[in-house]
Amino acid sequence: MIRTFRVLSFATGLAALATTAAAQETPIRIGFITTLSGPAGSIGQELSDGFKLGLAKTGETLGGRKVAVTFADDQAKPDIGRQHADKMVESDKVDILTGVNFSNVLLAIAKPVLDAGVLYVSANAGPSQLAGKQCHPNFFAASFQNDTTSEAMGIHMQEKQIKDVYILAPNYPAGKDMVAGFKRHYKGNVAGEVYTTFNQLDYSAEIAQIRAAKPSAVFFFYPGGMGINFIKQYDQAGLKPQIPLYTGAFVVDQSVLPAMGDAAIGVRTATLWSEEFPNAASREFAAAFETTYGRIPSPYAADAYDTVLLLDAAIRATGGRVDDKAALRKALESVKFASIRGDFRFNTNHFPVQSFYLTTVEKDAKGRLYNKLGERIVQDLKDSYAATCTMAP
Amino acid sequence: MLILEQTLNGVQLGVMLFLIASGLTLVFGIMNFINLAHGSLYMAGAFTAAWVQGVSGSFLLAIPAAVVVTAALGAVLEIGLFRRFYARNHLDQVLVTFGIVLVANEVTRIVFGPVPLRMPLPPALAGSIEIVPGLPYPTFRLVVLIVGLAVAALLWAIVMKTRIGMWVRAGSSNRPIASAMGVDVDLVFAALFAVGAALAGLAGLMAGPILAVQVGMGEPILILALVVTVIGGIGSIKGAFVAALMVGLVDTFGRVLLPPALGSMAIFLLMALILAFRPKGLFPVHG
Repeated sequence: MIRTFRVLSFATGLAALATTAAAQETPIRIGFITTLSGPAGSIGQELSDGFKLGLAKTGETLGGRKVAVTFADDQAKPDIGRQHADKMVESDKVDILTGVNFSNVLLAIAKPVLDAGVLYVSANAGPSQLAGKQCHPNFFAASFQNDTTSEAMGIHMQEKQIKDVYILAPNYPAGKDMVAGFKRHYKGNVAGEVYTTFNQLDYSAEIAQIRAAKPSAVFFFYPGGMGINFIKQYDQAGLKPQIPLYTGAFVVDQSVLPAMGDAAIGVRTATLWSEEFPNAASREFAAAFETTYGRIPSPYAADAYDTVLLLDAAIRATGGRVDDKAALRKALESVKFASIRGDFRFNTNHFPVQSFYLTTVEKDAKGRLYNKLGERIVQDLKDSYAATCTMAP
Repeated sequence: MLILEQTLNGVQLGVMLFLIASGLTLVFGIMNFINLAHGSLYMAGAFTAAWVQGVSGSFLLAIPAAVVVTAALGAVLEIGLFRRFYARNHLDQVLVTFGIVLVANEVTRIVFGPVPLRMPLPPALAGSIEIVPGLPYPTFRLVVLIVGLAVAALLWAIVMKTRIGMWVRAGSSNRPIASAMGVDVDLVFAALFAVGAALAGLAGLMAGPILAVQVGMGEPILILALVVTVIGGIGSIKGAFVAALMVGLVDTFGRVLLPPALGSMAIFLLMALILAFRPKGLFPVHG
């Protein structure tokens, strides 16, 4: 009897040992869905480059365990993103998904992924739905809540008592969200509020209206190529010296600055990270990015890199275990790591509480354009949706 | 004053659209070939110009480079691929040229990288000119206006008044007879396609300093060019010119005067209205 017990316990021990060994050998599987083709392909490139650089820093591990990342191109289409997400969850059995840059793509994949018990840790898109009523225990945004980038500029322009502001944005959901975020804090006179067609090419008509309206400043939200078009044309119209330009994060960054050229000098941005951040982690990142890719990183790449650092710290806290989702969630909620953004913590809705800074486009010693870091606009900004989030256990 | 400025903006946008649509309508109308890759040739022109300007520092050098490179690209595409599709139906043509669009975008990304290119204006064209007292207008936009008008005049003169133009018109209206009369139709069509491509390249070059030089820049402009082509009557240079000006003006004033949703639809409403009364466009070429 005792003998049998001993044999059994020995066998159980062996088996346990084998499982542990197997757990350490199987890598953590990560799915990275982002836009890698089409006009927005440069965004996905920045995100995946930043993510890869983060993994290079951790030695391709998270919390001491090997990582296998699968990249997929959503082509900026929600249905394509959904197909990749389904495949990654069902056949690749990923532990964590990340990477999506468009909010509409993220909203299309979020529910099935989260309900399947997979963790989604956003390196970019942070739609209001997932910050508020549709918040989910398995969803974390390591990046930002969409509205906060323009809210920060609203706070700044309100503080500086800038009276007459002319507002321009593309006529699509994120454009309206940005303007709503801006006006949540800016209480001065709105000299004009114009919504242009998404991906509009020519802005001469709008610029002529601005010239006639004579506002004291322009707040605009034109990400990607729209921003290049608008800023070039605004500068060519000779309005920049008279009416200064203000915008939120991700509009005038290194993914478009080289193409904007000198036309962008003087544009002010409210941002959560700039290439000039003085903390040690950020300097290390900026230097490594330039050495590896030969260009200055944008906040897109910075957030993706920071996502790796965040996951690394959280998975380290669980002792390398990602199968116990409850433990991993807890570790993420109270994660402590050396963020390249300085202070970082999660709010109750799993969205960040973080500071925003003012930057101005200038030329560096090498003649390259960069966002010169200015004052801190707001410390520990929380998004305005956390109150409506009741996280089901 | 504002109305004058907006009118000028509308005309200038129209002339820009004409530059792009002229090549498209030539190929579409005369060769009966739908070339969706026209936008890719426009992109090729812009990238070539931006690259040459970046390397050499000279905008003047970028002009012939963009035109020659896109003309050569057009000739290669016509002789190597598109020639085989003239006899096939329009759906096959759309598929093959759309395939070229996808390939061109990815090749451009591989060669030039994901970040859009920079294309600054030379200092002589960067400023603005006071056209009437108190109304400064960007110098480069005036240059675009003049170049567009010159191209329109030149094209009209070549097609209607010269022997080459006669061959082109003969080849399009009856290919076998034109061949029998000693016209080398293959050569004429290859040359015509190269000219269409060069016009797209020229448009890309002129757009480079105003718009973003980035992968995929050809598609939104292609849609506008198709609208212009259809309104003007397929194959008609005169139609393309009139339609481009109409679209430029309607779009500009639509954006300013109408609510945003309606403003962005204005040119498509215009197209629907014109097609309802003139199904073949304003200046139909074929019967």
